[in-house]
Amino acid sequence: MFMTDLLYARAQMGLSLAFHIVFAAAGVALPVLMVLSDWKARRTGDSDYRKLSQKLAKGTAILFAVGAVSGTVLSFELGLLWPEFMGQYGEVIGLPFSLEGVAFFTEAIFLGIYLYGRERVSPGLHLFSGVMVAVSGAASAFFVTLVNVFMNDPSGFVATPHGPTDIEPLKAMFSPGWLTQTSHVLLSCYQASAFAMAGIHASVLLRHPGSAFHRKALSVALPLACVTALLQPVVGDLSAKHVAKAQPVKLAAMEGQFETERGAPLRLGGLPDVETGTVSHALDIPNGLSILAFGDPNAEVKGLNEFPRDTWPPVAKVHVAFQVMVGTGSAMALLALVTLAYRWRRKAWPSGRKMMWAWLVSGPLGLVALEAGWLVTEWGRQPWIVRGVMRTADAVTPVPHLAAPFWTFTVVYVFLGVVVVALLKRQVADTLPDREPKGPDVKGGEAHVH
Amino acid sequence: MSTDAVLGFVLAGTFVLYALFGGADFGGGVWDLLSFGPRKAEQRALIAHAMGPVWEVNHIWLIVGVVLLFAGFPRAFAALSVALHVPLTLLLLGIVFRGAAFTFRTYDMRGDAAQRQWGLVFSAASVVAPLLLGMCVGAVASGSIRVEGRVVVSGFFASWLSPFAWAVGVLALALFAFLAAVFLTHEASGAELREDFRRRALGAGVAVFVAAVAVLLLAREGAPRVWEGLSRSPFALALHAATGVAAVTAFALLWTRRFQWARLAAAFQAGLIVLGWAASQYPYLVVPDVTLQGAAASPATQRLLLIALGVGALTVIPSIALLFRVFRPRPEGSATTDTHG
Repeated sequence: MFMTDLLYARAQMGLSLAFHIVFAAAGVALPVLMVLSDWKARRTGDSDYRKLSQKLAKGTAILFAVGAVSGTVLSFELGLLWPEFMGQYGEVIGLPFSLEGVAFFTEAIFLGIYLYGRERVSPGLHLFSGVMVAVSGAASAFFVTLVNVFMNDPSGFVATPHGPTDIEPLKAMFSPGWLTQTSHVLLSCYQASAFAMAGIHASVLLRHPGSAFHRKALSVALPLACVTALLQPVVGDLSAKHVAKAQPVKLAAMEGQFETERGAPLRLGGLPDVETGTVSHALDIPNGLSILAFGDPNAEVKGLNEFPRDTWPPVAKVHVAFQVMVGTGSAMALLALVTLAYRWRRKAWPSGRKMMWAWLVSGPLGLVALEAGWLVTEWGRQPWIVRGVMRTADAVTPVPHLAAPFWTFTVVYVFLGVVVVALLKRQVADTLPDREPKGPDVKGGEAHVH
Repeated sequence: MSTDAVLGFVLAGTFVLYALFGGADFGGGVWDLLSFGPRKAEQRALIAHAMGPVWEVNHIWLIVGVVLLFAGFPRAFAALSVALHVPLTLLLLGIVFRGAAFTFRTYDMRGDAAQRQWGLVFSAASVVAPLLLGMCVGAVASGSIRVEGRVVVSGFFASWLSPFAWAVGVLALALFAFLAAVFLTHEASGAELREDFRRRALGAGVAVFVAAVAVLLLAREGAPRVWEGLSRSPFALALHAATGVAAVTAFALLWTRRFQWARLAAAFQAGLIVLGWAASQYPYLVVPDVTLQGAAASPATQRLLLIALGVGALTVIPSIALLFRVFRPRPEGSATTDTHG
């Protein structure tokens, strides 16, 4: 397939972000789970929770390190791939980036103390460091998402052919929709990590149902997984309502809405065809989209026909990515409901084989939804890098032969991904019941964990 | 002082801190690669022990510098990103491999062979990255990156592959190795290990001197603007004189085994070298076409940036002080007993 340098630049940026986003999400959420187990260990004196918090700390160390280096790559790639974007709009979005830097700095400092200082600082300071890691991790994700909010819905400047003037950095930093988008992203970080962790421990419990350690680990992951999975559809709906108002062309692509329509149906699944302007194989729910987007069954939903053809995002990709995100999100919300109902009636987290299989299968769904949602917002903004103001094609670097760095980073990131998975697998294998040292300690049987 | 001069000064300060902390970190990797003799394993263990809790923090100064550059001087960032696309991409690969391999080595439990492999990746990347970083600095100072309007017209290779840029790369590598060795004399828990790094520090100190002379000689042809700054501006001359004094002092203190003070003098020397570079090319950000003022963001943005920096400093500086306090070297013997997480 013939690819232009623009496509290679987009592919490299996409690859770098898709890779980084997994580690960034883990860097936000794992510290919370690590501190929770640490705190449980202190409260109960249970050595399993202590061991769990140490395991989670090792996982955080590995994932954070890869997140830190891939994040460094991204901060340079903004200029290496999109120099015109940074040359013109760098100053408009510099403020959230600087604050993100401060948050990231704080996270790294306290992670160093938490990981290496267990024997060197007081228990109180140690736990405080863990809390600081969790708080600054969330802050850094918050600030960096504000940049994406700006790119989707830019404000705080006056655009001219030579670049922005009358810049108001604070207004730019809080561009419209900032609250829903940052909440949506933060929740997705916690949800993806909690589901992945639950999936890992469920898979061990299927083979070793008696392992108290993994049952307790599951009991740390499940509350976060269930709560986020139920909150996310609500926040996602608010986010979509904002998109419907502020970025109608993105909503039209997400929903495969080719013609403006009153009482628009919600199309589940299907594949949009831009040539014929139809969505094949979709399941239509009458008036569904009008209700969801505007809270009125007869509301008018703008179709792609309202917008010039050269400002359409890639409709099929956006629609399919959106369906994947909503589909996986719904599946996770359903599993969360069932799990919480079980917890409420039996006063214990589920432990049967069926539920363990369900959690094992759902383990990757959080990450799938996270990547799909990110693709929706990025593809959905095309052809713009800053919506309505600067086209992606006008921002790209004049440097030729961009295939070379793209393939290099692809190979490097695939390699790193494989190594990280192998390392984490060995960390988990180390906790399997038949690997634990045989000793006089009492294996705490099938205790119900609350 | 105008906001762009203040911000330019802060930017230079960030580079000083990156050279000191990130530089010592790179240097640690260099000595990992060059470890030899009867205490080879102890040398490597000391380096890993000293770097473990702080290496990620040390490299965030680079990110701070980059963010300051694109937020405060966006046109300069755009021009440098185009002109130095190739070496910066290679530098990034070095940073990725270095950080990932260091972490993998710490957490890979498959035994010695795997440890050695990750160690080799880590240390090789630690040599390549400072060289590239120095070459980029050399290119910026040399005046061979040319920008017309908003377009870089000097190509993608010539500016950073000149003899002058190579010499600056070698100077950066030698300087970072020197810093690391001096710092490690202070971190080392035994007298023999300390002597190992004292000898390395003295050797690297000589290498810094040789590389600095080479840079100076090549500057006349290769970086006329810096040469002029070096030889004409009284302020720059004073800075360079102070650098010389710090260098000689650091050397003398190492020779007489006053390691605590040698550390301070070496830090001064490295910091002054970076400031000297900044001063000799002032007011240019990219010699000779991009000035601080020409590339500056709007004053409103710059003021907000400075406020954000102030707030950031209030958070980060006490935290860093705590970090370094927690992991300061312990009296003889006790430093080797604690385990990692």
